[in-house]
Amino acid sequence: MARIVAGIGTSHVPSIGGAYDRGQTETPAWKPLFDAYIPVRQWLKALQPDVCIMVYNDHGADFFFDRYPTFAVGCADQYAIADEGFGTRALPAIRGDVAFSQHLCQSLVYDEFDLTICQQMAVEHGFLVPMHLCFDPTDTGWPVASVPIAVNVLQHPLPTARRCWRLGQAIRRAVDSYPADIQVAIVGTGGMSHQLTGPHFGQMQADNDQDFLDRMERDPDSLTQLTHQTLMNRFGVEGIELIMWLVMRGALSTTARKIHRHYYAPMTTGMGMITFEEHP
Amino acid sequence: MRIGGSLVFDLHQSWRGLRINTMCNALSKAQERESFKSDEEGFMDRFALTQAERALVRARDFTGLLEAGGNIYFLIKLGAVTGQGLYRMGARMRGETYEEFLATRNVPQSV
Repeated sequence: MARIVAGIGTSHVPSIGGAYDRGQTETPAWKPLFDAYIPVRQWLKALQPDVCIMVYNDHGADFFFDRYPTFAVGCADQYAIADEGFGTRALPAIRGDVAFSQHLCQSLVYDEFDLTICQQMAVEHGFLVPMHLCFDPTDTGWPVASVPIAVNVLQHPLPTARRCWRLGQAIRRAVDSYPADIQVAIVGTGGMSHQLTGPHFGQMQADNDQDFLDRMERDPDSLTQLTHQTLMNRFGVEGIELIMWLVMRGALSTTARKIHRHYYAPMTTGMGMITFEEHP
Repeated sequence: MRIGGSLVFDLHQSWRGLRINTMCNALSKAQERESFKSDEEGFMDRFALTQAERALVRARDFTGLLEAGGNIYFLIKLGAVTGQGLYRMGARMRGETYEEFLATRNVPQSV
């Protein structure tokens, strides 16, 4: 039977991708961020997940407001690298696991999540930055297959924090009922605090970010009760992305153990990371 | 709804901004970016922008474009094609020069 082995919450700030592509992982400004993920990659390499479920949001690279899904799940054997308006990053294409995706979609829909099922999907920084923070690509591609799950965090009304948590619980049920003996990692991405419009552009809330990380570890249920307005007041309008971390946390058991935690706030977004491991 | 002086992008804003965002969305393609650079007015014609919207694009008035329904993630594509990265856009929203804005950051070298 399949099982979830790891959960990761991480920011997906696009400038991290720029620094990675320019080879700036060792510069004084970026080393604190990139160094924090070295043990995460080693840990994941040892755990050897077969599939990574990446919960992220598209930022206008592959989805547009002519028709906008609340939850969109990839159901293909490969996902292209999208052009967000700056050209296409030189990263290997993302390998899918179509059989697992099909099972996941079927299980989630029958669990009353009315998904948009995507047999063609291109992924961008919301997906790619966590991908290369958590896994090292090789000449033959990525060490895991992936399932992209895109969440609407752009156009209100958004799914509630509790709905995201419940999606995570339904993902766990889907994994638990998959007959193949595979190991699954799930990543919730986005945030932390950031404000990208208006007179408070660039405002970060480091104390609130640290409190979110504390609650992710000890009291995630309290986060599911927060309204969008409260979340935006605490983390900025764009910081609402943090609801995607709750999908990941909702997919974990109550006995999952925290392994890594990091926070860095260099520029305009609180860059946070927390990881959990499930006991066999 | 506003949070700390910032408009929340909701269905009302999305409907208002549909022309602007549709135009910006096209800039995800390299060929369209070249079209914009070579003939900005003709590009705006194609997407049927109103006179008021055109004036905001010509002025690179990102605060005005946000108020008119532009979504920040789509406006970033317009910023990129006009040489105004996100941090320069943000500095203008704050009423600061780019240099003044950078001076307020914890690690300004992380641009």
